[in-house]
Amino acid sequence: MVRKFAVGLFSLAMVAAFTPNAGAQSARDYISIVGSSTVYPFATVVAEQFGKTTPFKTPKIESTGSGGGFKLFGAGVGVEHPDITNASRAIKSSEKEMCRKNGVSEIIEVKIGYDGIVLANSKKAPLMQVSRKDIFLALAKNVPDPDNPGQLMANPYKTWKDVNPDLPAVAIEVLGPPPTSGTRDAFAELALEGGAKSFDFIAAMKAKDKKQYKAVCHTVREDGAYVEAGENDNLIVQKLDANPNAFGVFGFSFLDQNADKIQGSAIDGVQPTFDAIADGKYPVSRPLFFYVKKAHVGQIPGMAEYLKEFASEKAWGPDGYLSEKGLIPMPDAEREQYRQAVENLTPMPMN
Amino acid sequence: MDIVRRGLAKRYRAERRFKAMGVLAIGASLLFLAMLFVSIAGNGYTAFQQTHIRLEVSLEPEAFEGISLSAADYAGLVKKSLRRMFPEVSGRGDLRQLYALVSSGAGYRLREMVMARPQLVGQTLPLWVPADDDVDMLIKGHFGGEASGSATRLSDSQRQWIDRLKAEGKIEKRFNRTFFTTGDSREPELAGIRGAVAGSFFTLVVTLALSFPIGVAAAIYLEEFAPRNRWTDLIEVNINNLAAVPSIVFGLLGLAVFLNFFGLPRSAPLVGGLVLTLMTLPTIIIASRAALKSVPPSIREGALGIGASKMQMVLHHVLPLAMPGMLTGTIIGMARALGETAPLLMIGMVAFIVDIPGSLTDPSTVLPVQIYLWADSPERAFVERTSAAIMILLAFLIVMNAAAVYLRKKFEKRW
Repeated sequence: MVRKFAVGLFSLAMVAAFTPNAGAQSARDYISIVGSSTVYPFATVVAEQFGKTTPFKTPKIESTGSGGGFKLFGAGVGVEHPDITNASRAIKSSEKEMCRKNGVSEIIEVKIGYDGIVLANSKKAPLMQVSRKDIFLALAKNVPDPDNPGQLMANPYKTWKDVNPDLPAVAIEVLGPPPTSGTRDAFAELALEGGAKSFDFIAAMKAKDKKQYKAVCHTVREDGAYVEAGENDNLIVQKLDANPNAFGVFGFSFLDQNADKIQGSAIDGVQPTFDAIADGKYPVSRPLFFYVKKAHVGQIPGMAEYLKEFASEKAWGPDGYLSEKGLIPMPDAEREQYRQAVENLTPMPMN
Repeated sequence: MDIVRRGLAKRYRAERRFKAMGVLAIGASLLFLAMLFVSIAGNGYTAFQQTHIRLEVSLEPEAFEGISLSAADYAGLVKKSLRRMFPEVSGRGDLRQLYALVSSGAGYRLREMVMARPQLVGQTLPLWVPADDDVDMLIKGHFGGEASGSATRLSDSQRQWIDRLKAEGKIEKRFNRTFFTTGDSREPELAGIRGAVAGSFFTLVVTLALSFPIGVAAAIYLEEFAPRNRWTDLIEVNINNLAAVPSIVFGLLGLAVFLNFFGLPRSAPLVGGLVLTLMTLPTIIIASRAALKSVPPSIREGALGIGASKMQMVLHHVLPLAMPGMLTGTIIGMARALGETAPLLMIGMVAFIVDIPGSLTDPSTVLPVQIYLWADSPERAFVERTSAAIMILLAFLIVMNAAAVYLRKKFEKRW
């Protein structure tokens, strides 16, 4: 009896495993989305809303990271490839090249809003006022040598006071994402590079030797002052709560959700508030995107409707539900521009 | 004799020390286990309750005129009833704050009710709707009472409204049924584990259906029929190797073979089950071979002696006796497969999936992946839900492992 059952189950599984091959692939009735883990919390809200208010199935959203998303997205046209990829940075030219080679020739680029990256600490500690230059000096691997103008030295600073006499004499300890993270890239580009540029000889390096300039600006110190805390931002928040001397680097939505425990340091005199990021005063903010395969619109049911939902005022507008999740909306004109791109399915230039 | 006696005290001491160390080792592991359980249960038990707010929703016939039942503005009706409860609130900003007390799922719940019983239209019905996750956290005391105003996600006026609702008995914690009946959601108060449980179920069905027969057949052949030579030694070494391979490797293999070569759909429990089959096969083969080995040769010889063929000997005598051990190994392999996320990452099962999967090829996720996704969500209310989901997963694992122990105890034969 047991044996018969097992045999039955086995053959059933074999049949199930190797017949639906064609069937499952020729028709996919849900949208498949991949990409950035930063955009994931926003895209999922839209997807859920879309699934509940329309007759279509709820899109499936994988959190693969921006780079992983483009890799899957650009692999080709057809139901086995994703329809949309989310990204916390703009598409690179090498990725465009890959898309074109695989026949993904028309891609619609949609910017959805901005995300602020915050340097936050526990509310039990005083609020910090730092500049991007302070951040650069505190976290870069090599910093300008004050005794030898124009020369770099290994970062000697131990406390924030060493960096800037106005800051407290607290040891530098910053918890942040690892190099694989898009948040880390953006933080390096906006905060560290922004600070590095204030030194003239580093800024001059950009024209001469771009590679070296990037290395100087983006390399984070590895002597323990910057702690790679993994991709889980909730963990960083908990650690900050336990250790008031530590700082954390993460996206604005985590600050927004944990405002009772942590506070965002003012950078260049601006605190990371919703409004300050929205009107561009807060210096460390980056745009978020998603990219749509035009060839799939009309093939996969619900694509046009999903895009419409995302580009609606009730989603990405200043009072929309995405803003409640911590997405910083674009200015009116920019929103209108991208809404039209979505409506007319205007592909972006591919080179 | 004297030498023995002199050394005796020392040997006893050594034995006592050894035993004490053993007790200490067990004690330490029990302590860690208890700490794990206590912290998870302490974080998670509140998730089984959800704060609800009582509304008087009047389903005015005007709201349903000229449109189908499904298209009516249910969220608007919920908002209207909130306005009636707090008539003094006005102004766009204040109203937004008022509406934010109630979960965005309230409208859907109302819609479900009306769709199920259309005769409700025209009546005013009392309705307990889920509160927003921030309200829920406040009521459960996760925001720390003293923090005020701008510091938290709730404004002072929202706190006053909540206090008033509390005084009127219109806000209370109720059993969180949603947690067991819905799929994933980005609103913590609407999120549930049903989708993940269904995904885990389908995945394990595929895994069990493939790995048990294949594993047992391989074990029987290797143990009873295969000649002992260099080839079978090589196979044995490889099986033992496979059992120790990190599970992510199986995910990569699954991506290359099942998705890219066979073209099976991404994120499907079918592919997840196939990958986990590869992962659990070595475990099952090794356990099954051990079970076969433990059947004494006298049984085989007796069967062969009275004229049974080799196949009859195996199927009629050896296999039934080895079955409890094989089942134990299979269940332990299944328990491991149930807790696995890494190989599923590569085949797209780490995904946001709201709809509850209904077949082997629907996109789905599994319980441990759901835990991973929630642990990474910014909303505070997901912290307790993460722990609650871990409790469910642990419960399944305990049941499975207990079943393994029970089977072993019940059918075990001592020779």
